[in-house]
Amino acid sequence: MTTEPRTSIVWDYAPAPEATDHVRLRDRYGLFIDGASRDPAESRYEQTLNPATEQPIAEVAWAGPADVTRAIDSARAAQPKWAALPDRERAKYLFRIARLIQERARELAVVETMDGGKPLRESRDVDIPLAAAHFFHYAGWADKLRYGVNAREVAPLGVVGQIVPWNFPLLMAAWKLAPALACGNTAILKPAETTPLTALLLAEICQEAELPAGVVSILPGDGETGATLVRAPGIDKVAFTGSTAVGRDIQAALAGRPTSLTLELGGKSANIVFEDAALDQAVEGIVNGIFFNQGHVCCAGSRLLIQESIIETLIAKLWRRMGRLRVGDPLDKNTDVGAINSAEQLQRIETLVAAGEDEGAQRRTIACELPEHGYWFAPTLFTEVSPAHRIAVEEIFGPVVSVLSFRTQAEAIEKANNSRYGLAAGIWTDKGAKAFEVASALRAGVVWQNTYNHFDPTAAFGGYKESGFGREGGPAGLRPYLKIAR
Amino acid sequence: MSRRLAHVDRVGVEERAAQLGKRSIKTSAKQQGIRLAVSMVDLTTLEGADTPGKVRHLCAKAVCPAPTMPEIPSAAGVCVYSALVGVAHEALAGTGVKVASVAAGFPAGQVSLEAKLRDTEDAVAAGADEVDMVISREAFLAGDDARVQREVARIKDACGDAHLKVILETAELGSYDHVRHASMLAMEAGADFVKTSTGKASSGATPGVCLVMLEAIRDYAEVTGRIVGFKAAGGVSTSKAALHRLVLVKETLGDEWLTPERIRIGASSLLNDLLLQYAKTETGRYGRAEDFSKE
Repeated sequence: MTTEPRTSIVWDYAPAPEATDHVRLRDRYGLFIDGASRDPAESRYEQTLNPATEQPIAEVAWAGPADVTRAIDSARAAQPKWAALPDRERAKYLFRIARLIQERARELAVVETMDGGKPLRESRDVDIPLAAAHFFHYAGWADKLRYGVNAREVAPLGVVGQIVPWNFPLLMAAWKLAPALACGNTAILKPAETTPLTALLLAEICQEAELPAGVVSILPGDGETGATLVRAPGIDKVAFTGSTAVGRDIQAALAGRPTSLTLELGGKSANIVFEDAALDQAVEGIVNGIFFNQGHVCCAGSRLLIQESIIETLIAKLWRRMGRLRVGDPLDKNTDVGAINSAEQLQRIETLVAAGEDEGAQRRTIACELPEHGYWFAPTLFTEVSPAHRIAVEEIFGPVVSVLSFRTQAEAIEKANNSRYGLAAGIWTDKGAKAFEVASALRAGVVWQNTYNHFDPTAAFGGYKESGFGREGGPAGLRPYLKIAR
Repeated sequence: MSRRLAHVDRVGVEERAAQLGKRSIKTSAKQQGIRLAVSMVDLTTLEGADTPGKVRHLCAKAVCPAPTMPEIPSAAGVCVYSALVGVAHEALAGTGVKVASVAAGFPAGQVSLEAKLRDTEDAVAAGADEVDMVISREAFLAGDDARVQREVARIKDACGDAHLKVILETAELGSYDHVRHASMLAMEAGADFVKTSTGKASSGATPGVCLVMLEAIRDYAEVTGRIVGFKAAGGVSTSKAALHRLVLVKETLGDEWLTPERIRIGASSLLNDLLLQYAKTETGRYGRAEDFSKE
C-alpha cells in the first residue's frame, strides 16, 4: 500500500482550559477556629502562589502559638459533646460534608490545580472524588466502630493534631479528618504552607454542614506552626504525612509522652516488571506510577525494576510513551503533567538529577516546550543506574524514574526490599501464583498487582520501615483514632 | 506447535482506552477532527435489499457528503457486497473515492476456500479497489493458526493490486490476547489493513479492541518496517465515538497515521452525525437529522 497521505488535515488538540470564572476566592483567608474565620493573633498573612504562573492567588493567615492554643481549647471544649452524640448523628455530618464536596467538586478541583500545580484531569478525576469517597466511607463506619475492630469496646482518643502535605491537599485532609471525626475525636488540621486553599474551602464546607464549632479547626502555616501543634500539651494524638526527616523530629519530640502517633512518610517504591507481564499495560502503569502528579507522590514507583530479558523492549516502549505526555498548563483538560509544586521542590529535583548524571547514570528527558513562568521539570528517565546511586536510594519526589535490572524473581525481591523505605510496590506479571508469592515477600505497605497508584477508601494505606507506621483507609484506618479495650 | 500468546491485560487496556476518551476536543480541534473522520469513512451498505439505485445514491453521498459545506472532504470509500461492485465502480470513476467489497464468505466465513477465492476474484474483476474479508473464526478458535494464515495469504494473492482488509470479528474471539494474536497472524499473512468487525456481531470497534489492534500494528511496524492500516467498524456511530478512535490512533501510533491511507472507519449512520456536529460548530446550534440526506 502507499503511505503518502492523501489529505493534509493536521489534527492537534486545541487548548482546552477549564473555566475559572465560577471560582469565587476571597482575597484573604483567616484561621478556622471555633467554627468561624479568625484573625491570627500575630496578624501574620502570607501569599499563596500558583506554581504554574508564580502569581499570588490569595493571602492566607498563618497560625502562631497563641492561635494553636486557642484552637486546642476550642477542640477540647467541643470533644465530649461531639463524642456523646448518637453515632448516626456524627455520621450525618460526615455524609453532609461528603455531599457538599461533591456539590462543589468543580470549584475544588480548579482551586486544587491553581494552588498546587497538578493537572486538572487529576484533581477532577482523582483528588476530589476520592476526598468525597473517604468522607462517605467513614460516615458509614461511625455507627459501627466496634465492628471495625473485632467487636471490642471503643472510645475516642480526644483532640488530634493532623499535618498534611502539599501533594494531595484536600485528599490528605479527608484521609485525616474523616476517620478522626467518625471515631468521635475533634481535630486540628494544618495544611501545607504552599497549598492551604482547599483546606480553607473545606472549612467553609464544615460551616455549611453546620458542624458544631470546635470539631474541626484549620490552621495554615509552615513547619513552625506544625512543630508548635505537635508539641502542644492537650493534643492526644498526632497524625503526620510528610517527609521522613520531619517525621523523625516529631517522633523524637513525642518520645516519653502519652501522645499517640502515626506517621506516613517518604518512599522509594519498587515497580517490578517481569518478563511475562502484559508489556503495554505495564508501560501505562509505569507512567501512572511515576508521572502521576509530577511524581509528587509518596508511594510513586520511582525505582523501576525490569527483568533483564525484556529491558530493551520495555524501555523503548516507555520512552516512546513518555514522548506523548502533554506537559504544561495544569488547567488545560488535556494536560498530563503539570507544574512542580514550589521553587524549593524544583531545586531538590534538579539537585538529585544532577547527582544522577554525576554518578554516571544515563539521563533522558523528553523534549517539550515548557512555559516561561512557573516551576517545571520535564519527565525524565534514568538508565544505567546502579543500586548505590543516590537516584536509586533517595526520594526525588518529582517526575524522574530510575531503572534497575534484575535477573530472577529472588533477585527482584531482594532488590525491591533493599531500601530504607517500604511504602508501596508494584508487580507486573501475568502469572497469578508468582504475583502472590512476590507480594508476600515484599516489605511494603501497599502492593499493587498489574496496576499502580490506585487508591480506594476501603483499602488500608501505610508504610514499613522509614515510610512510617499506622494505617489510613478502611477499618484499619479507624484504629489509630480509637482507644480499644483489650 | 502450540500457540504462544502475548499477554494483554484487560483491566489495563480498558482503563487506558477510557482515559483517552476523556481528551477534550473542542473548537478548531473538533472541526478538524470531524473533517478528518469524514475523510476516513468507508460508507457502507450491506443488506439483502441493496439495489443499484441505493448504491448510486450512497456513492453520490460519499463523493460530496454535504453540498452546503464545501470544506467537508469526500469519504474514503464505499463498501458493498461483491454483486454491486460494478455499480459502485461506475458511479465513483474518477472521484478518488475507493470501491470496497466485502467478499470471501462474508460475514460468517463458513464456506470453502475455493468459494472465498472465487468471490474475491469476482469483486476485483468488477473493479473493487479494496477487499474486506473475514478470518475463519472456526479455524482460529480451534487453534489452527496455519489455516487462518493460509486463507489470508491465498485471498491476498487473489486480490492482485487491490488492498486487502482482514476482519478479525473481535466479538467472537473472546479475549484481548486473541485479538492481538489474530492481528499479528493477519499482518504476517499479508493484510494491508486489519479491521475489527463485520458489523454483524454483537459488538464491534470498542475502545479496548481498537487500542489492542493499534498496539499490535505499532509493534509489527517496529519489527518489520511494514505499515499496516486499521479499520474500526461496528458501533462507531457518533462523532464523539469517532473522535475517541482518532485520539487512540494519535496517541498510540502518532500524527503521521492520521490519514485515510492508514485509518478507516466503517459505518453507515456515522457520517450524518459528523455532519450534524460539524454544522453545530459553525452555527452554534444543533440541527436535525433531516437536515442531511440519508444517502
